[in-house]
Amino acid sequence: MSAPIIWIALPFIAGTLILFLLGDKYASQIGGAIAAILSLIALFIPIDAAMLIGSVSFKISPAIQVFGRAFEFTSADGPLLAAIFGISAIWFFGADAAGMAHRFVSLGLMIVSLLTASIAVEPFLYAALLLEVAAMLVVPLLVPLHQKPGRGVARFLVYQTFAMPFILFSGWMLAGVEANPGDLRTALQSGVTLSLGFAFLFAVFPLYSWIPQLMDESTPYAVGFLLWALPVFTVIFALGFLDRYVWLKNTSQIADAILYAGVIMTVTGGLLCALQRHLGRIFGYAAIAETGLFLIALGLRTPNLLDIAFLALLPRGLELSLWALALSIIKRKAYRLKLSDVQGLARVYPVATGALIIAHLSMAGFPLLAGFPSRLALWQALSAQSLSAALWAFLGLSGLLVAALRSLASFVMADAPPRWELNETRRQAAMLGIGAFGLFLIGLFPQVLQPFLSSLPALFEHIAQ
Amino acid sequence: MVVEIVSWVAVALALAASAVILISRDWRVSLGALALQYLASFWLTTRHLPLAMGSVKLIAGWMAIAVLGMTRLSLTQPGSTIEDSFYPRGASFRLILMGVVAFAAAGGTPQINNAIPGMGLPVIAGGLILIGAGIAQLGVTGDLLRVTIGLLTMLSGFEIFYAAMETAILVTGLLSAITLGLGALGAYLLVAGSVPLIEPEDETL
Repeated sequence: MSAPIIWIALPFIAGTLILFLLGDKYASQIGGAIAAILSLIALFIPIDAAMLIGSVSFKISPAIQVFGRAFEFTSADGPLLAAIFGISAIWFFGADAAGMAHRFVSLGLMIVSLLTASIAVEPFLYAALLLEVAAMLVVPLLVPLHQKPGRGVARFLVYQTFAMPFILFSGWMLAGVEANPGDLRTALQSGVTLSLGFAFLFAVFPLYSWIPQLMDESTPYAVGFLLWALPVFTVIFALGFLDRYVWLKNTSQIADAILYAGVIMTVTGGLLCALQRHLGRIFGYAAIAETGLFLIALGLRTPNLLDIAFLALLPRGLELSLWALALSIIKRKAYRLKLSDVQGLARVYPVATGALIIAHLSMAGFPLLAGFPSRLALWQALSAQSLSAALWAFLGLSGLLVAALRSLASFVMADAPPRWELNETRRQAAMLGIGAFGLFLIGLFPQVLQPFLSSLPALFEHIAQ
Repeated sequence: MVVEIVSWVAVALALAASAVILISRDWRVSLGALALQYLASFWLTTRHLPLAMGSVKLIAGWMAIAVLGMTRLSLTQPGSTIEDSFYPRGASFRLILMGVVAFAAAGGTPQINNAIPGMGLPVIAGGLILIGAGIAQLGVTGDLLRVTIGLLTMLSGFEIFYAAMETAILVTGLLSAITLGLGALGAYLLVAGSVPLIEPEDETL
C-alpha cells in the first residue's frame, strides 16, 4: 500500500462513510480512533523501508501518480504525519463532549486528508489549490443547515479564494526568477504577489476581520478547528516555499516584511484581545496573535528557526482544542458568551472555566505551561535580532495575559455566588482534565516533543542549512 | 485572423456579461449572463488549452450555474438583505465601476503582453476584465448569491490567465472542482437558515 492512500485517501473515505452511515453516537470514537491509528502508523512504520513481521515482509511505498502528477511522502514526513493525525484525534475525541460529533468528525477527517494532500503534492505549488478545496469544506462545518450564514463566513470564503490565484501566479513567476536571477523587476513582482497570497491565507492584519465575526456566528469548536488546521498547514506550505526558493529567505527585505507582519499581527491581536467583552472573540484574537508568532518565527534570521516554529506549532492544537471545548461547554449555559453573562460560572462549571483559563494562559506564554518554552525561544532569538520587535511582541502577549485575567475575574465574580457544583459530564471533565494535564506536561517537560523536533527540520533541509 | 476576431468578440462578450452581472438586480439575468461569460471564457481558455480541457471548465461552470439557479428558484423567501447596507449602490455607480475595470484592463493588457509575450492580447484583456469585474462585484455586495457569482467571475478570469501558464490535467481538474464546489457552497449557503432544526427524536416520529 502506498503512503498517500493511507494518509490521504483512507481518512477521506472514512469521513465520507461517517457522514452517510454513522450517527452522533459513535462518530467521535470511530473518527478519533481512525486518526489515532493513522498517527501511530506514521510514528512507528517508516515510509519506503521494508519491514519484517514474522515471515511477512511489507513496505509502504512513498508515492502515487494522479493525472500525471505525484503525491509523495518521504520517510522524513512520518513525524509530521504522526503529529497532524495525533492532534486531529484529540479534536475528534473531543467533538462528542463539545456536542457536535457527527458533522465535525466526518468533515474534519475530509479536511485533514485534503490538507495532508497539500503536503504531499508535487509540484508543491499545487498545495494552494488543495488548501482552497479544504477551506471550502470548512464552510458546512461552520454553518449548519439550520443556521443563517453571516458575513464572517462569506468573508472567510472570499479571502481564502483570493489567496489561491496570488500564490499560483507567484509560483509561476518565481520559476522565471530562478531561470533569470538578475531580473530584479520580476523578483519584486513575484515577492509582492506571494506576500499578498500568504497575507490572505494567514489572515494578516487587517485581513483577519472574519475571525472575530466567525466567533460571533459559529460554534467555537468548529472555528477552533479551523484556526488550528489552516494556519498550521499554511506555515508548512510557507516553509516549503522558503525551502524551495532559499533566496526568498536570504533577502533581508522579505525576511523583515514577514517578521514585522507577524509583529503587527501579534500586537494588534493581543491588544484587541484585551479589549474584548466576548469570550469567543477573545479566543479569536488570541489565535490571531499566535499566528503572528508563527510569522515572526518564519522571519527570523537564525539557523534554528525551524525548531522554534515547530515548538510553537505542536502545542497549538492542544491549546486551541482545550479552549474551544471549554467554550462549547460554557456556551450551553451562557449562549452569548459575553463576559457579563459568565459571571460566577467558575462555581457552576469549575472544570471548563479552569481549563479555559489554563489554555488561555498557555497561549499567552505563561511559565510552566505548554506555550512558554516556544515563547522563550522566540524572544531569545528575536531580541538578538531586533530588541524593539521583541518588545512589541511582548506587548501583544501581555494583551493576551490581560484578557485571561479579565476572563478569570468574570468567572469568579458574582453578586450572589452560587454554590459549588460540577455540571460537566464525566466525558467532558475527563477530556478537559487530560488536555490541561497535557499543557502542564509539555510546559514542565518540553523534551517530550524532542522526538518530533529532532526529525521535523529534515523536511526542509535547505532552510535547516 | 478569424480566430483573432472571434477572440476579441469573446472579450466583448465577457465585458458585456460581467457588466450585466454587476448592474442587474434580477438573479435570473445575472445567472444567464454568467453562463454567457463562461462561454467567452471557454473560447479564451482554449487558445492555450486543448478543447477537451477547456470543455471541462465550461461544463463545470455551467453546472455550478445550474446548481445555483435551481436552488434560488426553490427558495420561497428573497435572498439576504445585507447588500442594502452598501453605499453608493445605484446602477449608474456600478456602470462607472465597470468602466473603471474596463479602462484598467485596457491599460494593463499591453504591459502584461510585454512582460509575458505569447499569451495573446485577447486572452490578457479577457482575463483582466473578468478578474476586475469579479473583485468589483465582491466589493459592492454582501448578498450570498452575488458573492458566489463574484467569486466565480474572478476565478474564471484567473483560469483564462493560468491556462496559458499551466496545462496540467490535475490543475484543470482541481480548478473545475473548485468551480463546482463554489456553486455547491453558494447553494448550501442560500438554503442554510431556511431549513428548520430537527432533533434526532423528531426524526424518528
